[in-house]
Amino acid sequence: MLGFLAFIPRAVAQGIPLLFGCTGEIVTEKSGNLNLGLPGVMYVGAISGVIGSFFYENSVGSGDVNAFLAVLIPLLCSMAGSLIMGLIYSFLVVTLRANQNVTGLAMTTFGVGFGNFFGGSLIKLSKADIPSISLSKTSAVFRTSLPFAKSLGWFGDIFFSYGFLAYTAIIIALIVAYILKKTKVGLSLRAVGENPGTADAAGINVTKYKYVSTCAGCIIAGFGGLYYVMDYACGIWSNDAFGDRGWLAIALVIFTLWKADLGIFASILFGGLYILYLYIPTGMEHMELKELYKMIPYVVTMIVLIFTSMRARREDQPPQSLGLNYFREER
Amino acid sequence: MNSKSKEPFIHLTKRGAIPVYKAMIIRVIAVVCALIVCALITGLTTGINPIEVYSSIIAGAFGSSRKTWITLQDVSILLIISLSLTIAFRMRFWNIGGEGQVLMGGLGSAACMICLGDKVPGPVLMLLMLVSSVALGALWGFIPALCKALWNTNETLSTLMMNYIATQLVLFFTILWEVPKGSGKIGIINQDSHAGWLPQLFGSKYLLPIIVAVFVTAFTYIYIKYTKHGYEIRVVGESPKTSVYVGINVKKVFIRTMILSGAICGLVGLLLVGGINHTLTATISDGRGFTAVLVSWMAQFNPFAMIITSFIIVFMDRGAGEIATAFDLNQSFGDILTGIILFFIIGCEFFINYQIHFRKKDH
Repeated sequence: MLGFLAFIPRAVAQGIPLLFGCTGEIVTEKSGNLNLGLPGVMYVGAISGVIGSFFYENSVGSGDVNAFLAVLIPLLCSMAGSLIMGLIYSFLVVTLRANQNVTGLAMTTFGVGFGNFFGGSLIKLSKADIPSISLSKTSAVFRTSLPFAKSLGWFGDIFFSYGFLAYTAIIIALIVAYILKKTKVGLSLRAVGENPGTADAAGINVTKYKYVSTCAGCIIAGFGGLYYVMDYACGIWSNDAFGDRGWLAIALVIFTLWKADLGIFASILFGGLYILYLYIPTGMEHMELKELYKMIPYVVTMIVLIFTSMRARREDQPPQSLGLNYFREER
Repeated sequence: MNSKSKEPFIHLTKRGAIPVYKAMIIRVIAVVCALIVCALITGLTTGINPIEVYSSIIAGAFGSSRKTWITLQDVSILLIISLSLTIAFRMRFWNIGGEGQVLMGGLGSAACMICLGDKVPGPVLMLLMLVSSVALGALWGFIPALCKALWNTNETLSTLMMNYIATQLVLFFTILWEVPKGSGKIGIINQDSHAGWLPQLFGSKYLLPIIVAVFVTAFTYIYIKYTKHGYEIRVVGESPKTSVYVGINVKKVFIRTMILSGAICGLVGLLLVGGINHTLTATISDGRGFTAVLVSWMAQFNPFAMIITSFIIVFMDRGAGEIATAFDLNQSFGDILTGIILFFIIGCEFFINYQIHFRKKDH
């Protein structure tokens, strides 16, 4: 039981980057844009924040950082970086009507390269012996948890031990779920994703909706990268450390059936599955079984994907025009 | 004037056929623009003269005869994967599972080499490797196709998931077969006996993939253009409704084509494990399953144009390694340049497919 209680906070910490990515991708996909560039966007979101805080920490020197600026600068930089990625994608896909899969994959190539290149350059600038950048001061601010968490024992560990970005992720997911389900804007956005022709006929500005939702989705996803570096990894950037979490976030979107509120639990579940192999005793002779346990999130997603398509319930389906571009004059 | 100004400033129409030379001019302009932007970015971020960077990219790809051969070999591998995906793309089946299909093919070959390497004679072993890698690749293509055919499962998402399932399977077997224990690597398989190593043709170890690529290119071209199967694929791609109307069994076409597509990817796994690396790692495909999507699409699914587009990608990639050593830059800089070039090529298709009309001044 104690082991399980210790497992939950780690699963949550693992799940938050996925939650950001998943929420962002849901917002994007609801407009009919399948953004396979998500892994790249999350890299850019992370490295932009790292660049911002790297220069801020260096300008402060050995003095103390201003907590407010230490949070604000990486946040704004990360938002700017992700926004630019979102604009590139939207311009190519919405305005120039390029193929979405191809554009997304190119964005991933670009974004991961961008992250590793500037990460590598900063490592060189910082003249460290180890191939990573450590932003311990900024990270300390990001990791500040509520002061009474420690006094509440395991209850505090599970619910109050995280940095503010973790709670932000959950709040954003709830807001997105609310907007999509209950508001007029959400209804219009869903209409654009289901059938842009009909939405256009109803007087909805399809281009505007696609641009705004894709860019907003990218910014949210970028926070996932930022959370990973600043909170989960304790402010240490090393190249390729973020791994394939971006793809896992895309898998999560399918798993949650495009429902942002479900994403909160699903991402924690996936976070748990992602590190489950650390907790299942395999013994030294059978280390290979750990690799099979790591497969679980993907197998589960595949099964969910197949089952939802088998049941063919209309509310569980991907947005109908997902992956297709809209050109008004085309019949 | 005011009542007339409702006409938008810009409007777009879809072009009919555009002459090939015009389309080529647009693409060349796009690449030139991309190179200029890349040069600017190189100059601004690194302070290095971009001309020097470009010349060292060329040196990286063709600096010596060995480098040239490796470049050609890499082009061949990427080309074969792209061709296999193209067969699926022509019926608008977005197979982005090339990565997993190649890995499964490699796994099949490696399994034969490790488990049967000293038990069966060479030619039989080769045959078994061929069969098992092709079969496993085909299986990885068959599963998403079956789901698509039976329940209309979104194939982009299912093939993507299959990639990671394959990666974890390969990692599982990597640790199962690791030599020495605890290293996490298989190492060179059958280093002494060379059992299951594909033969060197004409004394060159680089030639085999190139020859296979030539065959696969010709095969794909003929298969799509001149066979009944190819015709069915094109009709399904153009309009599933028409194909139902004319009596084509769409489900059968999906499954048959994806088995073929996966099988060719499995063949690449055989070439990589049996012919080039003589080992199996989870990164043996090195993202080429994804890159091949770009290669195929940039060539507009034309097998011969794909030779050029896969060459561009490999050229940039090989050059990136050279920049890394020559200018003490990071290897990833090549990815940034490749990304920018891709953005421009992707964007320029718009000007090929659509015509822009500006509002006329006097009405």
